[in-house]
Amino acid sequence: MSETKSKVTATTPILGSQAPTGPIENRWDTHRFEMKLVNPANRRRYKVIVVGSGLAGGAAAATLGEMGYNVECYCYQDSPRRAHSIAAQGGINAAKNYRNDGDSVFRLFYDTVKGGDFRARESNVYRLSQVSVNIIDQCVAQGVPFAREYGGYLDNRSFGGAQVSRTFYARGQTGQQLLLGAYSSLARQIAAGTVKMFSRTEMLDLVVVDGRARGIITRDMVTGKIERHVADAVVLATGGYGNVFYLSTNAKGCNNTAIWRAHRKGAFLANPCYTQIHPTCIPVTGDHQSKLTLMSESLRNDGRIWVPRRKGDRRTPKDIPEKEREYYLEDRYPSFGNLVPRDVASRNAKQVCDAGRGVGPGGLGVYLDFADAIKRLGKKVIAERYGNLFDMYKQITGDDPYEMPMRIYPAIHYTMGGLWVDYNLQSSIPGLFVGGEANFSDHGANRLGASALMQGLADGYFVLPYTLSNYLAQVKADNMGTDRAEFAQAEAEVTGRTKKLLGINGTRTVDSFHRELGKLLWDKCGMGRTDAGLRQALARIPVLREEFWMNVKVLGSNEEMNQSLEKAGRVADFFELAELMCIDALHRTESCGGHFREESQTEEGEAKRDDVNFSYVAAWAYSGDLAKPQLNKEPLEFEYVHPSQRSYK
Amino acid sequence: MKLTLIVWRQKNGGAPGAFKTYQAPHVSPDMSFLEMLDVVNEDLILRDEDPIAFDHDCREGICGMCSLMINGVSHGPVRGVTACQLHMRSFKDGDTVTIEPWRAKSFPIIKDLATDRSAFDRIIQSGGFISASTGSAPDANAVQVPKDMAELSMDAAACIGCGACVAACPNASAMLFAGAKIAHLGYLPQGQAERTQRAINMVSQMDAEGFGSCTNIGECSAVCPKQISLDVIARMNRDLIMASLKGQEPTGMVPVPIT
Repeated sequence: MSETKSKVTATTPILGSQAPTGPIENRWDTHRFEMKLVNPANRRRYKVIVVGSGLAGGAAAATLGEMGYNVECYCYQDSPRRAHSIAAQGGINAAKNYRNDGDSVFRLFYDTVKGGDFRARESNVYRLSQVSVNIIDQCVAQGVPFAREYGGYLDNRSFGGAQVSRTFYARGQTGQQLLLGAYSSLARQIAAGTVKMFSRTEMLDLVVVDGRARGIITRDMVTGKIERHVADAVVLATGGYGNVFYLSTNAKGCNNTAIWRAHRKGAFLANPCYTQIHPTCIPVTGDHQSKLTLMSESLRNDGRIWVPRRKGDRRTPKDIPEKEREYYLEDRYPSFGNLVPRDVASRNAKQVCDAGRGVGPGGLGVYLDFADAIKRLGKKVIAERYGNLFDMYKQITGDDPYEMPMRIYPAIHYTMGGLWVDYNLQSSIPGLFVGGEANFSDHGANRLGASALMQGLADGYFVLPYTLSNYLAQVKADNMGTDRAEFAQAEAEVTGRTKKLLGINGTRTVDSFHRELGKLLWDKCGMGRTDAGLRQALARIPVLREEFWMNVKVLGSNEEMNQSLEKAGRVADFFELAELMCIDALHRTESCGGHFREESQTEEGEAKRDDVNFSYVAAWAYSGDLAKPQLNKEPLEFEYVHPSQRSYK
Repeated sequence: MKLTLIVWRQKNGGAPGAFKTYQAPHVSPDMSFLEMLDVVNEDLILRDEDPIAFDHDCREGICGMCSLMINGVSHGPVRGVTACQLHMRSFKDGDTVTIEPWRAKSFPIIKDLATDRSAFDRIIQSGGFISASTGSAPDANAVQVPKDMAELSMDAAACIGCGACVAACPNASAMLFAGAKIAHLGYLPQGQAERTQRAINMVSQMDAEGFGSCTNIGECSAVCPKQISLDVIARMNRDLIMASLKGQEPTGMVPVPIT
């Protein structure tokens, strides 16, 4: 039992996780037996709405359809296969131990809890690790073309934050292949009639009736039609909120509207300040930049990161001899070298650039060099492993990574925060379940590489189908219609907001506001946060938000495809989340994982946690006043992985 | 750089469309093609003109949403990239660039440069999958996949479903798209059980959607951003012949909506 307990006051509401007790390796199996089931013949009486068709949403919708439920699945793109899960490059972790190098379910669990800087719920993480092995089986069965060794067996590679080789991959596009696997299963269910798919349809509000989530309000993005949809349970699998920073590795359409609307209706939003900055992204080239492109972390397997030793050294890399290069990760962290977790790698990159030793235009970049690997393994092997990534880099920058080192810089990539969920992935609103990046669980304050794909599919294939069944078995299928007052009110609110945005006709475009908000957050709530900086952000955000509502220009009408209108609604919701993020970051005066408070660091510049006061999940409730959200705490207990100062030396 | 853009504008599917000319006066060579359009759009909005609607999302060449015909070539002049990965250093100061949506009967225009490609989803629904319900899978290493088969499968699986092939083909045929999926699954042991049925289902759906036939022109593979090989079409044809020899009929056809 850990000696550290969070300091919880008598008035702070405490949240329980609903996780079973007992030895951790039995908890999920025990829970699965104890959870209620819905008889196969009865499943067709229940309707489930799944918002989002990525790994978590697509897998959940397909599986629920296979089980016999009536499912409606929604996505804002033109096809479910476009979900941003598709862009994940590096790979998916699983505790198969095919490499015989010491991996196990317990080790993956341990690495994930430690990698999350001891801010995740142990039971959830253990389950994630446990079902990881089933995920690979399912994907192979669907025809995901994982990389193979000559004997025909699956290949593995290493990834950041791990000393074992447990990552399965499909060239440099594992996300695409896993998503296509889930999409193909989803397609089969759509054809079978168990899943009804609504593409180009955006969820704009949640409907809560008698305290339960009972449906959504959507906008058809082609006709503008606002519609009501009713169900017995709702699943949100709508991804992360990285686009609050405007520049991130997310797709342009990624947004937080679905979870934010749910939050305003009563779903707690946990740890929004835990945002992940990925160390290897292509640097910004100008003000026109619309998004940042990720270079897979798997590149760190073979690439060596360095900067010139001398400040302001502008020589081309070929002209800088070895002794004048600092391979700073290898020097500072001998055990993990270039494979330290993302937050450690990102902060080190920022540090060397702030010290004036950055490379490329603007001095915001470090080198990721493959010269040694090409010499050691040959160009053919490197091409096999990273071919498409090298091509992508060359296309974007004009430089050839086979000939000169890549330039990379950290960028916003993933959000560990999200809607609070219990062990059943149910939010604080009964009947509202949340899967994938949209929920807060499993990764703590920092996500390890190759684990997002794992979590999305774990939630979608192997958790939600059970926990949803458990919930549905306890509520009656009541054939409720959409003519209830709660639906009418939600629809009226959505229509009202849309009309308002179209009617302002100010002088600034949506993008100009989004850019300004993004820059403010990157500066004040990005890699390094300070009390003063966060307070400045909190003073500025409401002012900028008010200006948005008075001065944004959105042309056209609702009754047509209107991309400005779509963006406007999303940015309006980002403005509200931004404030909560900064409030969360300000209140958490420790540093942990991706949340780095300059005031709380070790002598070596690593994140310094305060386990006595902050070993809890900060689950915020909307109070009606954006400046004063209510804090609910879920205390975190570490029975199996004892909190220590993370060291990757 | 200064560029002149000739862009297809169309208010909606039922309205007539026309080309309109725009100036892009401050184009940086480091901008992506879509970033250039963003800048043009910002300017249009500030002048109270309806911005150009176009599909896009990931902006890194993997989601398949961006679908621009640039100077008559799907995704523009550089081989093996999507429109969102095309950078303005591929153009010269003073160039005129014509930008059109994908043109195919089976891809009705929604607005300006955005088209409806749901026909592709229906082709996949008709058979582009392996029927493996969640929970039924054996251990992942129980099925050995020879490395060369895995590589060929991966080459075909790289298809992003963008439709560049259809747009480039004079017959608006979807054979490369259907062939890619059929090859991806057909190369794998897991895909054998349904291999021939899959082929006849998907080709039948493709025909029902109104795509044209293949006359071995090869424009599709030439413009494919993932450089899918024409071999996948040959494989599909073989699987189709096998299906006929087995006397298989198409099953599970998906109704085509009337537009």
